[in-house]
Amino acid sequence: MKQLTASMAGTVLNIAVSEGDSVSAGQTVMTLESMKMEIPVEAEFGGNVEKVDVEVGSFVNEGDTLVTLGE
Amino acid sequence: MKKILIANRGEIARRIIRTCDRLGIETVAIHSEADGELPYVSEATEAAAIGPNPVAQSYLQADKIIEEALKRNAEAIHPGYGLLSENADFARKVTEAGLIFIGPKPEVIDTMGDKLGSRHTMKQAGVPVVPGTAEGVSDIDAAVSEAKAIGYPLMLKASAGGGGIGMVLCENEQALTQQFDSVKNRAKAYFGNDIVYLEKFIANARHIEVQIFGDESGNIVHLYERNCSVQRRNQKVIEESPSPDLPESARTKLCEAAVQAARAVGYTNAGTVEFIVDENNDFYFLEMNTRLQVEHPITEEVTGVDLVEWQINVAKGETLPGQDTIHTNGHSIEYRIYAEDPKTFFPSPGTLSVLKWGTGARIETGYEEGNKVTPFYDPMIAKVILTGASREKVLEKSRKFFDETAIEGVKTNLPLFDQFIESKPFIEGNYATAVLAQWLTQQKEEKTV
Repeated sequence: MKQLTASMAGTVLNIAVSEGDSVSAGQTVMTLESMKMEIPVEAEFGGNVEKVDVEVGSFVNEGDTLVTLGE
Repeated sequence: MKKILIANRGEIARRIIRTCDRLGIETVAIHSEADGELPYVSEATEAAAIGPNPVAQSYLQADKIIEEALKRNAEAIHPGYGLLSENADFARKVTEAGLIFIGPKPEVIDTMGDKLGSRHTMKQAGVPVVPGTAEGVSDIDAAVSEAKAIGYPLMLKASAGGGGIGMVLCENEQALTQQFDSVKNRAKAYFGNDIVYLEKFIANARHIEVQIFGDESGNIVHLYERNCSVQRRNQKVIEESPSPDLPESARTKLCEAAVQAARAVGYTNAGTVEFIVDENNDFYFLEMNTRLQVEHPITEEVTGVDLVEWQINVAKGETLPGQDTIHTNGHSIEYRIYAEDPKTFFPSPGTLSVLKWGTGARIETGYEEGNKVTPFYDPMIAKVILTGASREKVLEKSRKFFDETAIEGVKTNLPLFDQFIESKPFIEGNYATAVLAQWLTQQKEEKTV
């Protein structure tokens, strides 16, 4: 299991993937809003989405898990 | 006027407090939970916690803010910039509550806040506007057909847009088709209004704006121009006054057009008329900002005027000094220091573990060392304003200043300034709005070679 984590604090604006989806490295999985700016979160690696750990509107801190990916 | 509530935060709240202190006016600061520790809160005479961190629950709570002003016997509200400053409903409510809104009339804010409406007003007043559609374009078919008449490249813009949000450059029909729905949707989401229109794209344009002021007696004066062409993501990064590479005759025409624009709407208080200026020094009205501008300090430095003091005086009903008393001296440059990655421009919130400023500058900042730059608000940490007898002198001072300055705990765009001010286009001063993006691309290419 691998985790995609937030590179900065912010609010989850939208989520582009759901459980069971397969994602590839570089794909945008969600958008965070921080300091009045939209920041796309790209998957650093590919895999199957096991769990989306946040909801739209959640506030996340740097390092928080956003999405858990399985093989 | 004895007490003013400042409906804003950070550096601009602090800036307004400073002038009020000097004039013997008491101040009320408002703050969200996260901002309670910031210097402006303790520097105000009084402070009121206004709500949780998201702006919608704190700094945009118009009714709550007005209530607070009334409760604390403030006579006026200064909106600063951003937030509620260009919200006509807020200005109206402030006035209806028996308070003074330090800014123009709500009707003027309304007219100028709508880009199509202001284009129309300016055209009628004889101020040149960028060629484009007079009305909004309702769907993609209408857009494509209008675009044929205007010609590519063109800008697709949200009529209610601002701050660089809600506009896209379209090089061709394919781009316009691709972007149309997204700009419309974003306009709806951000501004609650999905009217979009098309404007011809002016190549190699400079963004030059004129500071104007109007009073209740109908006097309009200008305080000369600012060149704000160094931008990233359509947001300003460096501003200077006077504008380099602008002949005196063009400068005069530009300032006159700005006064004409302000007169057309019966403008009162501080405002800024933004123009785009092409390679031949022909200029077009872009928009009017009906508030104090972020980059107002460079105008203060070259004219010697305290713009906040003038705002208060005009709000009290005083008459402005005559145009012939307003002169500029020397040169002033403002650098906006952002908490962001200097390469990707992505924001970088965090704690300012080190905040050490160089010498010789006017620093407008909402933070002190140890403060937190939170993810809830704008990433601007400070405005650094350097002034001297000539542009060369200011650049010399800038080099020294950046050498001595250190910020740690968050990523900042300081490294960018260090190098960019040594670039050929900036030193020569004949740069256009694409200058920063072009320079960054060039830097990347040089590194890969």
